[in-house]
Amino acid sequence: MSSTMTSDLLKPFKLKTKQQELLIRVSILCLVYILAFITRLFSVLRYESMIHEFDPYFNYRTTLYLTQNGFYDFWNWFDSESWYPLGRIIGGTLYPGLMVTAALIYRLLHFLRFAVHIREVCVLTAPFFASNTTLVAYFFGKEIWDTGAGLVAAILIAVCPGYISRSVAGSYDNEGVAIFALLFTFYLFVKAVNTGSLAWGLASAFGYFYMVSAWGGYVFIINLIPLYVLVLLITGRYSMRLYVAYNSMYILGMLLAMQIRFVGFQHVQSGEHMAAMGVFFLMQVFYFLDWVKYMLSDTKLFQAFLRITVTCAVAVGAIALGVGTVSGYISPWTGRFYSLLDPTYAKDHIPIIASVSEHQPTAWSSFMFDFHILLFLFPAGLYFCFKRLSDATIFIVMYGLTSMYFAGVMVRLILVATPAVCLISAIAVSATVKNLTVLLRSKNKVVQTGSTKGTSSGKASSKGSLDQSQPFQKNGAMALLFGAFYLLSKYATHCTWVTSEAYSSPSIVLAARGAHGNRVIFDDYREAYFWLRQNTPQDAKIMSWWDYGYQITAMGNRTVIVDNNTWNNTHIATVGRAMSSYEDEAYEIMRSLDVDYVLVVFGGVTGYSSDDINKFLWMVRIGGGVFPVIKEPDYLVNGEYRVDKGAAPKMLNCLMYKLSYYRFGELVTEYGKPPGYDRARGVEIGNKDIKLEHLEEAFTTSNWIVRIYKVKPPNNRW
Amino acid sequence: MKMKNFSFFFIFAISFFPLLCFSFNEEAPTDRRVLVLLDDYSLKSSHSIFFNSLKSRGFNLDFKLADDPTLALKRYGQFLYDALILFSPSTDRFGGSLDSAAVLDFVDSGHDLILAADASASDLIKNIATECGVDFDEDSSAMVIDHKSYAISGTGGDHTLIASDDFIQSDVILGKNKIEAPVLFKGIAHSVNAASSLVLKVLSASPSAYSASPKSKLSSPPLLTGSAISLVSVVQARNNARIMITGSLDLFSNRLFRTAVQKAGSPNKHEKSGNEQFVTEISKWVFHERGHLKALNLGHQKVGEAEEPAMYRIKDDLKFSVEIYEWSGKSWEPYVADDVQVQFYMMSPYVLKTLSTNGKGLYHASFKVPDVYGVFQFKIDYQRLGYTSLSLSKQIPVRPFRHNEYERFITTAFPYYGASFTTMAGFFIFGIVYLYNNSLPQDISYLEARLGLDWLYRIILI
Repeated sequence: MSSTMTSDLLKPFKLKTKQQELLIRVSILCLVYILAFITRLFSVLRYESMIHEFDPYFNYRTTLYLTQNGFYDFWNWFDSESWYPLGRIIGGTLYPGLMVTAALIYRLLHFLRFAVHIREVCVLTAPFFASNTTLVAYFFGKEIWDTGAGLVAAILIAVCPGYISRSVAGSYDNEGVAIFALLFTFYLFVKAVNTGSLAWGLASAFGYFYMVSAWGGYVFIINLIPLYVLVLLITGRYSMRLYVAYNSMYILGMLLAMQIRFVGFQHVQSGEHMAAMGVFFLMQVFYFLDWVKYMLSDTKLFQAFLRITVTCAVAVGAIALGVGTVSGYISPWTGRFYSLLDPTYAKDHIPIIASVSEHQPTAWSSFMFDFHILLFLFPAGLYFCFKRLSDATIFIVMYGLTSMYFAGVMVRLILVATPAVCLISAIAVSATVKNLTVLLRSKNKVVQTGSTKGTSSGKASSKGSLDQSQPFQKNGAMALLFGAFYLLSKYATHCTWVTSEAYSSPSIVLAARGAHGNRVIFDDYREAYFWLRQNTPQDAKIMSWWDYGYQITAMGNRTVIVDNNTWNNTHIATVGRAMSSYEDEAYEIMRSLDVDYVLVVFGGVTGYSSDDINKFLWMVRIGGGVFPVIKEPDYLVNGEYRVDKGAAPKMLNCLMYKLSYYRFGELVTEYGKPPGYDRARGVEIGNKDIKLEHLEEAFTTSNWIVRIYKVKPPNNRW
Repeated sequence: MKMKNFSFFFIFAISFFPLLCFSFNEEAPTDRRVLVLLDDYSLKSSHSIFFNSLKSRGFNLDFKLADDPTLALKRYGQFLYDALILFSPSTDRFGGSLDSAAVLDFVDSGHDLILAADASASDLIKNIATECGVDFDEDSSAMVIDHKSYAISGTGGDHTLIASDDFIQSDVILGKNKIEAPVLFKGIAHSVNAASSLVLKVLSASPSAYSASPKSKLSSPPLLTGSAISLVSVVQARNNARIMITGSLDLFSNRLFRTAVQKAGSPNKHEKSGNEQFVTEISKWVFHERGHLKALNLGHQKVGEAEEPAMYRIKDDLKFSVEIYEWSGKSWEPYVADDVQVQFYMMSPYVLKTLSTNGKGLYHASFKVPDVYGVFQFKIDYQRLGYTSLSLSKQIPVRPFRHNEYERFITTAFPYYGASFTTMAGFFIFGIVYLYNNSLPQDISYLEARLGLDWLYRIILI
């Protein structure tokens, strides 16, 4: 009785199935959108609303400049505070997409009378774009498979750690918006290929433009898309839709990309972009042949014509490429590109690339960490894709496979692979769950004598098998379904755990567990940078290893010799040489660079392991790469790197060692250990009696993590 | 009435107070307050000519024994003296708060020092000298002996009284008037530390001199010989503190000032030794009565502008100017020279230009900023023998062209402009012909069907 009452009451609100489905879909998407945002806020809650790590400080500083001085000053900004004395043309050497985006959001908020600080905008830009990415993932999934796959893709990507690692609140880096742009471009391109519409091609060109303006990873797009087109050509899937999509996207995208100063004429002049151009010309040849075939009815004649044309086209292309390369018009591939294709290349040739931890080859554990169940859903998804091959699924397969390869080469490229892995896994999840539910439902239907309306596809597929179904099929499907939900819920908990534990640390403020299990905060970096800001002359020049350059200029507001924009290897090598020389030799180098203060990071007291002593061998290698007087074996004993009594004599007396361990021999760091016990390396240091001649200690932070030394003027009487 | 007069006088006195305290300062670099440390007060009379000449030049001499327990150079962070004369060679320890570190700190704070040793020189004195880049002979009994250019005198037979005329060639240090008579020297030798670039030998020994004990026989070859021996050296520290070091306290004595001198092997006999002139002139230099330069008003402007810009652009034309004055002992006179240069410097000088002067102290040059961007410095690095070294620098960034500072149209690019405009026009014409000409083959459905250009047609047709 009561049930009929409620159903009567609800009658005006009763929706049709299609409307219901739409409502559910929209509300799921809204929830996912919010989830993607809030799961990235751990760092803000744990610490504070602050910018993380190294590069984001530069981005923050430039955004600040952009909002204060306007776009034209930003565009023409010559920064005399970094790379002293060379300076850096900021406007021409960065990807402005991120800063412009943040500045626009900032302007919009102020227009709407929200008086937010630019820092808050910067902190929250990455989560905001992550939310947008979930929407794109939904549409992309819908395009390549169906709405179900789209929804699953949106959910998976919203919490996937591989993406969260670069998009937590405060991680104000190019990648934050670039992954959105990357996926959006791909989506628009696939849409253009599927519809053959110029409008979508145009849209994908603009998506590409945004991507170029935001991140150097656009090179992946401009190589993957031609590769995809090539594969379609070879597999005989050439169509007019493809022709329109690729040509419009390539030509317009190229012209738009040239507007970014940092990219300039690279699209026509650099080796990395030549594949796209080659495929473009190949398309024209294909089109021409197609037309000739259409005009000629004689197949034999056409065969001959085909042979001649293809040979000529290939020959002309090869000659053009050869002449271009030899004459220097087309620049050869850069080291970074080489190191992607050959993972050992950087290690042997470019220490400055190999020295960055995020450029190391990926350990399998970090795949597990970042993808969790997606790692084995991925092959399953590939299986489904191959089962239902279309232009769109071929694209996602290629995207998945190439990006997985790159993710194996470099840790940071897991980020690029994440959307593909999520999409392909979503196909696997969606298809499996759909099949299973269809199975369950069709059983029910037999019992209920077909009153419910299944989807047409479900009906068709199940009809044949239904009659010979095993008795346990329903139970089996049920069990599998529960298994799938169990896995997915595990995935959700894993993702949340990883986000809160591993990826929400700002790394500028360090946290450790104290002796009683309480949280200890080391805020030494900011302490040091504010000391610099308040206690040194306005034009003081700070020498440090390049990792800290951006932070010193952004937070300390002082000129640095080198920073994280590693554009001048010689300059970095000079600093590396100074750090690995004896004090008097280093003094000459520092004098020639007008250095006033030297800053080193030291973890011996706190046990902070990514300090300068542990990075020191890279300084030696990078310095030695340019100045052969610095030799790596001088700092090693039997190929072993040590800082205790058995260390190499040059190691014990080089500037870095002296600055790190100055007066450390007097300090007892751990109960029951001798004075001068280095907790980061677990040894007693070898040189406890360090005397400085040309430098003097200016400041050491409360936990000794940052030590600043003043360079003395030359001896007055000599 | 009387009270009013008094108060007026009081205010008058107060207002002139800064002038009344004679102390070393940038505006009047000559020293005023000099502390003289002696081994015993008899030196006051035996070296009275030298001291009186200082007094007559306006110096305020404060004589103290070297072991006076109230000795102090500094009180409450302020230096009490502008210069120090150490005529106490045999002192092992100074009295009061003074020690070698305090003396060196005094010098490093820009004050001057005259140090004279003799055969009885203590380690303390030798240490101070060593810290200034001058090494006295280790052998405590050794003296400078010269069997060829000794001074002929009635008594001496050991040739330790040396007549030397090997002066440094510098009018700034030794004055314009040539010192005719040789300078008499009796004391110990020192050598200049090779590592030090700031020490100058003002009076060198002759090639035949050597340092050994005159009383004992030579058992081994002497360590210091010939012109490696310096008799009088001066140091101008990087902060322009001036130091004079000599191994002979007798050099300043009344006795040697008055002695007639004849150098062995020379027919000329001088009524009076050159000591008085030499010592007076060199003390003028040490106490900054001569050879002190100052540079000020380092300025630069873009040609045609008065304001000093915060940044230049590459290829800008700029004017650089600086004023240089020389202290004459009483007032600042314009310094006139034709060898002052300015560098436009970034790791190495990109522009090196000799400045021209107007004879009134103003030096100027104009040049073009090089076609290199970066953080440059205007650098003046003027080091001339005897003069205070001028090294000034001023940092100035140089930026590249802004995006709208390039030429908008280039003649050589006209073919490209032409090409792009004709392409645009061609496309337009082609579009019209293609859309509205019925004589074209009607087979465009082949294209149309695949291109999906309908929306474009619609836009054009609107």
